[in-house]
Amino acid sequence: MNSHKAVTRFKATVIVLALSGLLGGCATSGNPKDPIEGFNRAMFAFNEGLDTVLIKPVAQGYDTVLPTPVKTGVTNFFGNIADLFIGVNNLLQGKADQAVSDLGRVAINSTIGILGLFDVATEAGLEKHEEDFGQTFGRWGMGDGAYVVIPVFGPRTVRDTAGLVLDVAVDPVGNVDHVATRNSLLALRMIDTRADLLPADKVVEEAALDKYSYVRDGYLQRRRNLVHDGNPPREID
Amino acid sequence: MKYLFGLLAAFLFSAAVIAADLTPDLLVKNVTIEVLDAVRKDKDIQNGNSKKTLELVETKILPHFNFQRMTLLAMGREGRKATPEQLKMLTDEFRNLLVRTYSKALTEFRNQEITYKPLKLAAADTDVKVRTEIKQTGGKPVSLDYYLEKSPAGWKVYDVEVGGVSLITNYRTTFGQEIQNNGVDGLIRTLQAKNKTGDTSGQAK
Repeated sequence: MNSHKAVTRFKATVIVLALSGLLGGCATSGNPKDPIEGFNRAMFAFNEGLDTVLIKPVAQGYDTVLPTPVKTGVTNFFGNIADLFIGVNNLLQGKADQAVSDLGRVAINSTIGILGLFDVATEAGLEKHEEDFGQTFGRWGMGDGAYVVIPVFGPRTVRDTAGLVLDVAVDPVGNVDHVATRNSLLALRMIDTRADLLPADKVVEEAALDKYSYVRDGYLQRRRNLVHDGNPPREID
Repeated sequence: MKYLFGLLAAFLFSAAVIAADLTPDLLVKNVTIEVLDAVRKDKDIQNGNSKKTLELVETKILPHFNFQRMTLLAMGREGRKATPEQLKMLTDEFRNLLVRTYSKALTEFRNQEITYKPLKLAAADTDVKVRTEIKQTGGKPVSLDYYLEKSPAGWKVYDVEVGGVSLITNYRTTFGQEIQNNGVDGLIRTLQAKNKTGDTSGQAK
């Protein structure tokens, strides 16, 4: 028991040392939005490595092997599940009409759309939205805070990390009781999402002088845009 | 028939003359339709033939872009530090980088449907935002917006936003840091190196 505790403490110490080493080793570039750049760059490199050796190859295989209608069905299926809390978030942001539309989408796609495999709601004129708890917090006036790169999940801000915790907690897929089913669904969703990003990937590689900054600045711009529902005040200068 | 006439007109008048007469939203729409048509018809471009794509971008899209304004926009406050000669070199290199990025994006285009939002243009307007949208299967449509300014040679694009992310100001932090650390010449060298090698972004700095 004691030795077990000691091992745990040892592990904790190593992690803390490693983290402080990363933080200490960070040449502060003085970017106010990215105060822990050294740590973030290390995490970014870790995520990139994970992507290169595992996630991207699987997504590429998935993308090549499966016919487009199947991939679209998978994207639609998870999109339909996501629409539920997109609606909840729209409601929390006071956008009742959009919330009604989102829940209408779930009702239509879950039934006529055969468990969400077909997005008939979009055809019927109910446009899909993109909302999450991070945006809701932003809408409520919470500043976004420092930029953080989270293992596996990737770029966030402090505010969006708080949002992510809630997103994950209420995620219907993550709350499936049957463990094997849950894990398969989570993996499938991750691969499907990654596969959808493959084209964008190549463009970013082509465009970026320094991929870390390019992704960071792109993420920050994107979130700012989403919080303002596509109409952020244009930054001066 | 209408299409034939359009083609004929394109041959008869130079692109610049037509561009000067067009409203910015029509200009964006015409150029987009023309370019995507070319992409759809050309198997080589779809298969990633970069030479053909570059040619398409050079002849059809570039005449409508103001690269010097883009370069200054990307440099932000640091832009003051550049001499006219340096600014010219920066503009050339940045132009190459953007052209390659744009070409890459075109070869990745998969027949998505594009909608064009109407623009309310007042006679006195000299700076406008033209909104378009790309439909995505299973997702919210992605906005693709163009900022244009009026010039004697017609409307010129000076910024492009994808999903609210400006492809120009996204470089500002990187450009600024590079200039602070290694001067304007340092930034020119970085851009030259990037343009020469193809793809250096995978390597951590």
